[in-house]
Amino acid sequence: MKPANALPVAAAWDVSRVREDFPLLGRPMRGRPLVYLDNANSTQKPRSVIDTESRFYAEQYANIHRGVYLLSQEATVAYDRARARVARFLNARSDREIVFVRGTTEAINLVASSWGGANLGPGDEVLISAMEHHSGIVPWQMACEAKGASLRVIPVDDGGELILEEAERLFTPRTKILSVIHVSNALGTVNPVKELVAMARARGVSVLLDGAQTISHRAVDVQDLDCDFYVFSGHKLFGPTGIGVLWGREELLDAMPPYQGGGNMIELVTFEKTTYAPLPFKFEAGTTNIAGTLGLAKAIDYVAGLGYDAIAAHEQKLVDRLLAGLSTVPEVRLIGRPKERVGVFSMTIDGVHPHDAGTILDLEGIAVRAGHHCVQPLMARFGVPATIRASLALYNTAEECDALVAGLRKCVEVFRG
Amino acid sequence: MSDLRELYQEVILDHCKAPRNFRTPAAVTHEADGRNPLCGDTFTVFVDVEDGRIKDIGFQGHGCAISTASASMMTECLKGKTLDEGRNLFEWFHRLLTTPPAPGAPAGPLGKLAVFSGVREFPVRVKCATLAWHTLKAALDREAKHVSTE
Repeated sequence: MKPANALPVAAAWDVSRVREDFPLLGRPMRGRPLVYLDNANSTQKPRSVIDTESRFYAEQYANIHRGVYLLSQEATVAYDRARARVARFLNARSDREIVFVRGTTEAINLVASSWGGANLGPGDEVLISAMEHHSGIVPWQMACEAKGASLRVIPVDDGGELILEEAERLFTPRTKILSVIHVSNALGTVNPVKELVAMARARGVSVLLDGAQTISHRAVDVQDLDCDFYVFSGHKLFGPTGIGVLWGREELLDAMPPYQGGGNMIELVTFEKTTYAPLPFKFEAGTTNIAGTLGLAKAIDYVAGLGYDAIAAHEQKLVDRLLAGLSTVPEVRLIGRPKERVGVFSMTIDGVHPHDAGTILDLEGIAVRAGHHCVQPLMARFGVPATIRASLALYNTAEECDALVAGLRKCVEVFRG
Repeated sequence: MSDLRELYQEVILDHCKAPRNFRTPAAVTHEADGRNPLCGDTFTVFVDVEDGRIKDIGFQGHGCAISTASASMMTECLKGKTLDEGRNLFEWFHRLLTTPPAPGAPAGPLGKLAVFSGVREFPVRVKCATLAWHTLKAALDREAKHVSTE
């Protein structure tokens, strides 16, 4: 269960050994080896994560923070350790800055509702980008509507990159927060978040970064990024579904009103008044996803064990191979050519609807996503109703990249007829 | 490859590439928009009904091969049919896509629409094959003008 842990970073990446850690990757699909290229949607789970959840339920399960009995104390210790693990992973200043939520979507909703509720007013502006996931658009739209604020949008150029000069112009004295996706879930673009954060900082504007697509590819250091909120989902980091993280600067989280009321988030309740628990419990009403939290910490251990440098080096080889392969199919049109990118590719095929391509690839055992990828405004920007999206992860292989290219060629052939 | 050809039969590919009745009829008594938010497919179906009979029918919009071919073949099959015949045909068509065939079961009035039987193996694509039909039903029922398969 300790894959490349012992290997120095410079050692050759043994992808077959990595794949052995992921039981599902061994499952045949439609009579062929599964080629899983839908990692931007969700990632597969290593055995260590699966075992952690299962062992917790079989051997250690009790609710946390309530029991006086040993079992509950053990579960509480495990949960608190998981929080500390996440804090270290993000280089947070304190465990109190780590709030467990259901996922990226809930994290952004929490900030939009709680921070937005307290800090947005009529005429204020929320600055987002044209490549936001719907979860980076809709919560802010709702907050703006509730408070009489408005949304402004940093445009994207034809290459799939944010236009920074426009961003500069879009900041006004009424801009209260900048909420931007760190890595595009549709185009793979790694956005220049440090430049954007610097622009915002210079104007006293708060910053939320959506790291849902970042954390499986790149190390994240929230102090180095200098943002105010950073959010991600466990299931895109080889961890369980239903668990995600909101990191926030302690002074901001402290000043924010609770998001949901209930058990666990209180200090003292009377019918007249309730006082709230300190961070991070103020934002964790009710029984949280304890097993998922432990699974997330284990997923972090797994990725850290492989090392982000080694992961990025492996993925870069795949990116280069896939780009070269795609360029050999003239009917394939890539959406966006970002200079700095991860292995997420949106494409269309002349004469083949993405949905049909998805089905034809599925029959080859290749899993990709076909649709709008929860970025309808970005699709509209590029004038396509939908695309095929192939997205890579650390366990993908050069052969799988080649299989995709062959599959795309087959799509062309079927419809050339 | 057999599953592939089962789904994308020549007739379907043909209707996808050259959809029939891909136009707005001169006279329109009913129309509705249909949309599959999952994949962005969107169609408008136009009908000219006279004395309970579909005198003319056409459609516009864009979608995948399955939804386009289904819309195209629907218009071909329904032109000249009564509304009751149309409703009956939709029931048969829906059953074709969702229920495994019983041995010896009657073929019913489906005719060439039977080429869509391959869709049964791909449950997520059933919505594609029925989008135009649901849209037509919304038009004829004079339900809300916007219909969604989600």
